[in-house]
Amino acid sequence: MKVREIVQALALEVLAGEPLLDRPVTGGYASDLLSRVMAAAKAGNVWVTLQSHPNVVAVASLLDLAAVIVTEGSAVEPGTVQRAQEQRVVLLRTPHDTFTVVAKLAAMGVEGSA
Amino acid sequence: MRDHEPAPRPRVSDITKVQELAYQLKIQQVMTSPVVTVTPETRMADLKEILRTRRISGTPVVEGGQLVGIVSIEDLIKALERGALDSPVAQWMTSRVVTVRADDSVIEAVKRFAQYRVGRLPVVDAEGRLVGILTGGDITRGLLAAIGLGYQEEEIHRYRASHIFEDIESDNTSLILRYKVRARDFQRGGEASSKIRRALTRLGGSPQVVRRAAIAAYEAEMNIIIHTTPGGELVAEIQPHQMRILAVDHGPGIEDVERAMQPGYSTAPEWIRELGFGAGMGLTNIQKCADEMHLESKLGVGTRLTIIIRLHPEAQTPPGSR
Repeated sequence: MKVREIVQALALEVLAGEPLLDRPVTGGYASDLLSRVMAAAKAGNVWVTLQSHPNVVAVASLLDLAAVIVTEGSAVEPGTVQRAQEQRVVLLRTPHDTFTVVAKLAAMGVEGSA
Repeated sequence: MRDHEPAPRPRVSDITKVQELAYQLKIQQVMTSPVVTVTPETRMADLKEILRTRRISGTPVVEGGQLVGIVSIEDLIKALERGALDSPVAQWMTSRVVTVRADDSVIEAVKRFAQYRVGRLPVVDAEGRLVGILTGGDITRGLLAAIGLGYQEEEIHRYRASHIFEDIESDNTSLILRYKVRARDFQRGGEASSKIRRALTRLGGSPQVVRRAAIAAYEAEMNIIIHTTPGGELVAEIQPHQMRILAVDHGPGIEDVERAMQPGYSTAPEWIRELGFGAGMGLTNIQKCADEMHLESKLGVGTRLTIIIRLHPEAQTPPGSR
């Protein structure tokens, strides 16, 4: 499954990384604690979080994640979007909460790594 | 991911790269400039000569510096059919001209070509002055040049870097990268570790080693940002067989090192935890990624964290694969 299919199915807003939407997704991870994400998310995963500050981009870039989905319509700083563009990170946003997003991803066949 | 997912099409990465470049490249980087132009008063017979001698298929029509129309070889053919070569360009030109801005991305031009089915787009600056012209061919050439350039640059980087340790002989060669890390500078958090990651990749580090080093460096960098008062320094010393990451700061120091090592133990204030940091997992993460880790700290003096990662991971089970 590609990031683009998830964007379409969940009607996500693409904040950055439009050219990178054809990347395959290897699985999913959800947490708002960055160190947990650092420890557990895998390359190619889609990460669902409420956090939206620029460090989210650093984490996604360091782990080579396929996409970040920011939930509950969190206000995303312009610095975060700019950094995502520079570091080639796909940044997506939805008004829905994390639970709803994860449920939909699971229904699409995106799996956790546990 | 399930097994029945179709395998990714070959060369998807190439396609993505082109798409990405279409967003990154500016129209001014690929357009043709300066532009051959005519005025509304130019006779069609003269236009015919201009198109023939310059080997072009159309030109913008300019009056007093302003773009007023565009005239193409198709307009010329119509004029020829009517035997009206003595008439002025004004009579045959298209005056509602679709333009693009010089500082727009190439993708804007691609969209406009698709939408209006025109052969060329005049390029204007912010004041509406004509600065160039763009055809599909210009875009193709620009993209091809950019791909070639990027490919060559990255290959050269990787080649040169991966040979450092073979090219330079000594009894003990090491490459030392130093980064200043400022306290509370969350905006730049992860910058130093991103640079360390890139350096290791260029030096030919295996993905597993690069990942471990990136996680350890990130957590060490964030610790300096979150916990220190005067900031500190992140140093990566890369040797052929191992890398050492040093995180040094000058305060305030850790009161109880043993407790600090416990997963989930954190001294981060509430506002930092709300940002998603300070979960008390940093040192635990580092320990999982490191082959060796040493933490020395003195309250009121500072902290020195040493992380060693061996570059040939086949000897042990890779951390992070729980």
